[in-house]
Amino acid sequence: MCSFENIAIAMLIMALTTYLIRVIPIGFVRRKLENLWIKDFLYYIPFCVLSAMTFPDVLYSTTPSGATEPHFVSAAIATMAAIVLAWKNRGLVRVALVAVLVALIVELLLPIVF
Amino acid sequence: MNEFIRGIKKGFPICLGYIPVSFTFGLIAVKMGFNPLEATIISLTNMASAGQFAGIRLIEGGAPYIELIITTFVINVRYFLMSLSLSQKVASDLPFYKRAIMAFCITDEVFALAAMEKEDVSFPFFGGLMATPIFGWTLGTCLGAVASGLLPPMLQGCFGIALYCMFIAIIIPPARTGRKVAIAVIVSALLSCIFKYVPGVNILSKSGGGGWSIIISAVVAAAICASIKELKRFRKRKATEGGVHV
Repeated sequence: MCSFENIAIAMLIMALTTYLIRVIPIGFVRRKLENLWIKDFLYYIPFCVLSAMTFPDVLYSTTPSGATEPHFVSAAIATMAAIVLAWKNRGLVRVALVAVLVALIVELLLPIVF
Repeated sequence: MNEFIRGIKKGFPICLGYIPVSFTFGLIAVKMGFNPLEATIISLTNMASAGQFAGIRLIEGGAPYIELIITTFVINVRYFLMSLSLSQKVASDLPFYKRAIMAFCITDEVFALAAMEKEDVSFPFFGGLMATPIFGWTLGTCLGAVASGLLPPMLQGCFGIALYCMFIAIIIPPARTGRKVAIAVIVSALLSCIFKYVPGVNILSKSGGGGWSIIISAVVAAAICASIKELKRFRKRKATEGGVHV
């Protein structure tokens, strides 16, 4: 672990980099884009980014401490539960919390079954 | 003022959803050796889920600043695209300082809700939209950092999935009703899987916390869908120019 001063500088760098990325487009682009292709592209981008971030990484997102590897089974079952709930238009919070709960139940049951 | 209240109401579910995710961030940060105050400040000043998780890993590993900058940039560059998209949805005479305030909280979830607005996004509405998520993200981190060690390890390990399932809850409903959004989501996920599993191209998901893999997958998928729409417009125009009504 580095010294406090280094952490403070690193934190400042992280915050600045993140903010600059966000402020430059909205701060300086005032012209309405005419190009329909670009407009469509920008419409699809957020969905695509979230999808690429989620799959396949979600399958490696449950690692109970003590385990060295992520537990694929609990993550896969919880992901399926999340997809079903999202399909039924349940809100963000319910989908996320139910998924955590499902993963936890699977983690608790697995050692008993096998 | 009405718009502000409407924003608050719309943003509140995001605030609730952020608490378990930022809680996880707080837990992990403290486990890595950050103190609760540092963890909380990182959350308040970044408002970036994946970027923060990657950032603390790098800082803990003693990575050079340049690596921290590039990784943060790559993972967060999607906010650039979201911000550009949002610039098209605000009044063109909106002053810079208001834009600069809005920029602070262009997160995946807040942007997704703003983008779904039928009309232009007003400053009071966006202000309301971002207020409670910022509070929730910061509070959750603080709670997670302080509670670290109190929770049973089994439960701690399962919190990691909360972030991804929030993303699922955002992308599935519009993909269900809009066929092209569904195509975009599926193509992007497939590409991301290819970058992870296919030997040779999987170096992309191993470097920089997978930032490159995400960007390329998303850009290609969005470009394909935008091109499909363009092609349809082109065909329609051709049909009407030809005077043939089908």
